[in-house]
Amino acid sequence: MADVILEGIKKSYGAVTVIEHLDLDIRDQEFMVLVGPSGCGKSTALRMIAGLEEITGGTLSIGGRVVNDVPPKDRDIAMVFQSYALYPHMTVRENLEFGLKIRQTPRAEMDRRVREAAEILGIAELLARKPKQLSGGQRQRVAVGRAIVRKPSVFLFDEPLSNLDAKLRVQMRAEISKLQKTLKTTTVYVTHDQIEAMTMGHRIAVMRSGQLQQVGTPLEVYEQPANLFVASFIGTPPMNFVPATFTDGGATVTASGFKMPVPEPFRAASAGRDGAKVVLGIRPENVREASREGGGETVRVTAKVEFVEPLGHEVIVHGRVGDELIVAKVDPHRSPRIGSTIDLMIEVGAAHLFDAATEKRLGS
Amino acid sequence: MRPNRSEEPAHWPLHIFVLLMVLITVYPILWVVTIAFSGGQSLAITNVPANATFGERLRAIVPWPAHVSATNFVSLFRDQPFARWLLNSVVVAGMTTILGVALACTAAYAFSRFRFPGRRVGLMAFLVSQMFPGTLMLIPLFIILVQWLKLGSTFTGLVLIYTVTAIPFCVWMMKGYFDTIPKELEESALIDGASQATIFFRIILPLAKPAVAVTALFSFMTGWNEFIQAATFMNREDMYTGPVGLRFFVGGFSQQWGYFAAGSIVAAIPVMALFLFLQKYLVSGLTAGAVKG
Repeated sequence: MADVILEGIKKSYGAVTVIEHLDLDIRDQEFMVLVGPSGCGKSTALRMIAGLEEITGGTLSIGGRVVNDVPPKDRDIAMVFQSYALYPHMTVRENLEFGLKIRQTPRAEMDRRVREAAEILGIAELLARKPKQLSGGQRQRVAVGRAIVRKPSVFLFDEPLSNLDAKLRVQMRAEISKLQKTLKTTTVYVTHDQIEAMTMGHRIAVMRSGQLQQVGTPLEVYEQPANLFVASFIGTPPMNFVPATFTDGGATVTASGFKMPVPEPFRAASAGRDGAKVVLGIRPENVREASREGGGETVRVTAKVEFVEPLGHEVIVHGRVGDELIVAKVDPHRSPRIGSTIDLMIEVGAAHLFDAATEKRLGS
Repeated sequence: MRPNRSEEPAHWPLHIFVLLMVLITVYPILWVVTIAFSGGQSLAITNVPANATFGERLRAIVPWPAHVSATNFVSLFRDQPFARWLLNSVVVAGMTTILGVALACTAAYAFSRFRFPGRRVGLMAFLVSQMFPGTLMLIPLFIILVQWLKLGSTFTGLVLIYTVTAIPFCVWMMKGYFDTIPKELEESALIDGASQATIFFRIILPLAKPAVAVTALFSFMTGWNEFIQAATFMNREDMYTGPVGLRFFVGGFSQQWGYFAAGSIVAAIPVMALFLFLQKYLVSGLTAGAVKG
């Protein structure tokens, strides 16, 4: 058991800097998800924790010990790779045993651990097989098994589910979460999939172009995105962004096509800033049909329907309000026709405001 | 319902063509076998008279000995020092294989995985060295090996030459194969606690078996079949290798084609055996299943 602390971590390849300055505090027993688009530096960060990439600057400590120059094998970590990286010439049992053998674990202990891991992961019948005789999901389990037999103090996962089909991915997502709850091992999990991040992480760290954007619990990140990028990256369909300006001495915000009161949490930041340019962010689930009653203050807008995506349990409507396109989730039983007009209610309390210039959340 | 076979084009013209090709390919080998088992030393199996009949002429070109005898094989080993020459070849080719494979594997691994100054230049140099015919090197090699190093008529000298001849090809071959082995396997082993040596011997080499097999075969054949350099550097009769010994039977004063043919057949056996033995490695793709397949 150990915490992982990154302090001012920097990574550059020659003149190219991939990570400028990364501070991240991963607590003991925590499931931390690093999420971001490809090329954001999340995998590089993970590989630095693993010791597979040299750290250009800053301090990395695991369990209170600075490990910048400690080789991977002495960091007490285990890693699951996207490609699984099973040794193809060894059986599943030999794959699981490899790390233990090198560490000269006694035979009886080794057998016990392999049996234990195999039972947890349901791969006990596969021990005599070679990796090529396994399905994708089974290989994934063996890769996880190889990590858990070692009983390391930190698990590292590098996009472990991206090679699986959608159904298996949902299943493995749950299994890995459950496994982490049982073993209580500190886990760092890298993914580009925001759903994985939201569903698996105790906390998630959103990264973009080598910079940390926000760290927080999934709900914190969802409900109070620190900036436009986080707001757009987390949530499907993505948040609506509407350019707007403060009016009435900062009491209201006016966009093309509608005007609404500034939501309570942003009042302090908006007061007296008449004419300031902002970006109004509204999640599609906070835009509903006028006919559906609901609590809270709302503003009514009229939208011209341009596109409709029926998903079964809900319908996603792309409607034109003024000059802006607004996406709304509506009742599946009343799917509007393309070209028709529809009355929508925007929940004022759920709106987000971002500074148009800095792209940061107002008042934060 | 079985498809109506009569609608397919007839197979027999193809069969005849293939049979003809096989005959053309096998014909010279049949002659070698015939001469080897003829018991004599002559290139011909019958004397064709001046006014020969068609039958007599036909008989002269059919590779079938008048009487079958193994005397050529027996005296090859009893009266001639052929066993000694073969043994020399085994030593030289064997040492070349061991040295060549060991050096090629390690060098190729370094070229494939590590970035160091001179890497590109080194690889290019290996490639460039393959552009020149071996005979071009004969005189410089003679000066270096015989005059400077005093390694004329020694196994060490010949093994050295063969090894350096075989290595460039082997390194390229092995590097190409190592490049296909995913780097994650090594990283995974590194995290599992393996040292660089453990990774090389327990992960990489077992996976590279097909390439090692090809490399070994190539190194062995380089040493086993080579004639010109062996003939140049091995001046003592007891140090001849197989091919040089064979030439000895039909060079200058002697025309012992029977020994030559029998010796050729014996010399071909080890290479054939090696091919058969390594066959399963030559065609297998061991990395299947390592990553998503």
